[in-house]
Amino acid sequence: MTSPSVVFDRVDKTFSNGTVALKDVSLTVQKGEFVSLLGPSGCGKSTALRLAAGLGEVSGGAIRWPRAEAGRVGQSGIGFVFQEPTLMPWASVFSNVWLPLRLAGTSKRVARHEVMDALSLVGLDGFAGAYPRELSGGMKMRVSIARALVTRPELLLMDEPFGALDEITRFKLNDELLQLWQSLGWTVIFVTHSVFESVYLSNRILVMSARPGRITADIPIDAPYPRDESFRSSVDYGGYCRQVSAALHRAMEVRAA
Amino acid sequence: MTALDSRRAARMRAVQEDQSAHQRPHSERVLRIAVPLAILVALLALWEWYVVAYEVPHYLLPGPRLVAQAIVADWAVLGPALMVTLKITFSALALALVGGVLLAVILVQSRWAELAVYPYAVVLQVTPIVAVAPLILVYAPTTQSAILICAFIVAFFPVLSNTTQGLKSVDHNLLNLFELNGASRWQTLFLLKVPSALPYFLTGLRISGGLALIAAVVAEFAAGSAGAQSGLAFRILEAQFRLNMPRLFAGLVLISAAGVAIFATTSLISHLLLRRWHESAVAREN
Ligand SMILES: Nc1ncnc2c1ncn2[C@@H]1O[C@H](COP(=O)(O)OP(=O)(O)O)[C@@H](O)[C@H]1O
Ligand SMILES: [Mg+2]
Repeated sequence: MTSPSVVFDRVDKTFSNGTVALKDVSLTVQKGEFVSLLGPSGCGKSTALRLAAGLGEVSGGAIRWPRAEAGRVGQSGIGFVFQEPTLMPWASVFSNVWLPLRLAGTSKRVARHEVMDALSLVGLDGFAGAYPRELSGGMKMRVSIARALVTRPELLLMDEPFGALDEITRFKLNDELLQLWQSLGWTVIFVTHSVFESVYLSNRILVMSARPGRITADIPIDAPYPRDESFRSSVDYGGYCRQVSAALHRAMEVRAA
Repeated sequence: MTALDSRRAARMRAVQEDQSAHQRPHSERVLRIAVPLAILVALLALWEWYVVAYEVPHYLLPGPRLVAQAIVADWAVLGPALMVTLKITFSALALALVGGVLLAVILVQSRWAELAVYPYAVVLQVTPIVAVAPLILVYAPTTQSAILICAFIVAFFPVLSNTTQGLKSVDHNLLNLFELNGASRWQTLFLLKVPSALPYFLTGLRISGGLALIAAVVAEFAAGSAGAQSGLAFRILEAQFRLNMPRLFAGLVLISAAGVAIFATTSLISHLLLRRWHESAVAREN
């Protein structure tokens, strides 16, 4: 069944300094899809993701969230995970995860259960009282994910969430993310500049090119889930990676030309 | 399970951190007190020896023993003077904290207010207080209030500028997160901007604490006030006038001690508030 979660309709975005970050971007993400936005640095991935979250105004075209009242997190069920963990260093892990609920007016007592659930989903039960500085990079990222999923979002937007992590932690979090995605039935838009990560995770990869940012390829990855280490070493995986790599190279040539 | 392992490892790390937090800073703290203390004792001994060995007259340079005696003997004069100075210092600091923080919040909330007010705060800051003091003395109802106003003006700016800077130095992504979650202006202020600004504010507090004392003393020199209401600065001037060197030194020692106490207190407050999370207060460990 097709039921769009977010729709970009010929979206342009020009910043006040004249930078054309997005030009004529149209895309439809269906409910339950895991879509990766793949492209070189500076091609407008973050800009597109922020717009999908309802942050900032489009300069042309329109964005629709057919399943939500408005493009707002919390009320409408959008979760956002930044490239950095973006935790409040002065607040405990519990308070950091509580934040979205707290801003919506939920008391600590009422939120306790949901916060603990979210922490346990990312494997951090027992750390509610810790402070961010006491955690490793991977654990901080887990807290950040727990904070995004505590509101039970339908649409999860992730901006290179594992970009700063080592490969081992990254693979592990990739697996955990896929498990959560399958069990919770999210729609995910995942920004990355790693071909391998995008192929491993996604149903579909949108390749972007820069200056101006636009979508140059839409590649379905039809390998079945659950995916695990054996997928990583499969022939299919290798084939998809080559295909996506080639598309990415073409995208970067377009830019050079 | 790997998740369990990492959890256990993290707990162990936390425990180790706890233990070393008790051990290492202990010897560190002893050193921090012992070294300056040893130097102080050595200097005092040298001073006393010099004064005795060369039979330096008291009206030129009293020995440390004489100064100590003066503190005790002249306490009836110096004690109340110290209280006056401290009262002005702390009143000025309290006013500066309240005023500085309130104004900083207003400036950050409204771009117009910032454009209108900030330049004048800077003018007030860069004009030497000794130059402004005579004017304030003319217009203020009492000398004491004039001194208070001077100390306030000096202590006010570091709180204002540091807090303003802090309120503005909020992580942009956290701001985005708050916006995404529909945070109100007040929620953003109290849950995000204020805690982000705390380390900056505390820097302002430490600077202002010291400056408030300095300004209280300087303004009193400028005022040259006399009588029962006068503070340590006047007592020092008076002692100099009468060539009562032991009392002059005694007054100086008391001002110094007050300054050190204020610095220690503000540093302690800062440490207590930040030790759980801020890099500046966390012992570095590798
Ligand atoms: N707030 C902004 N103001 C002006 N230009 C911006 C702003 N944010 C991003 N840009 C520009 O827009 C382009 C796309 O940026 P971004 O979306 O962050 O790219 P990506 O996430 O793909 O690396 C870049 O050229 C960047 O310099
Ligand atoms: Mg980016």
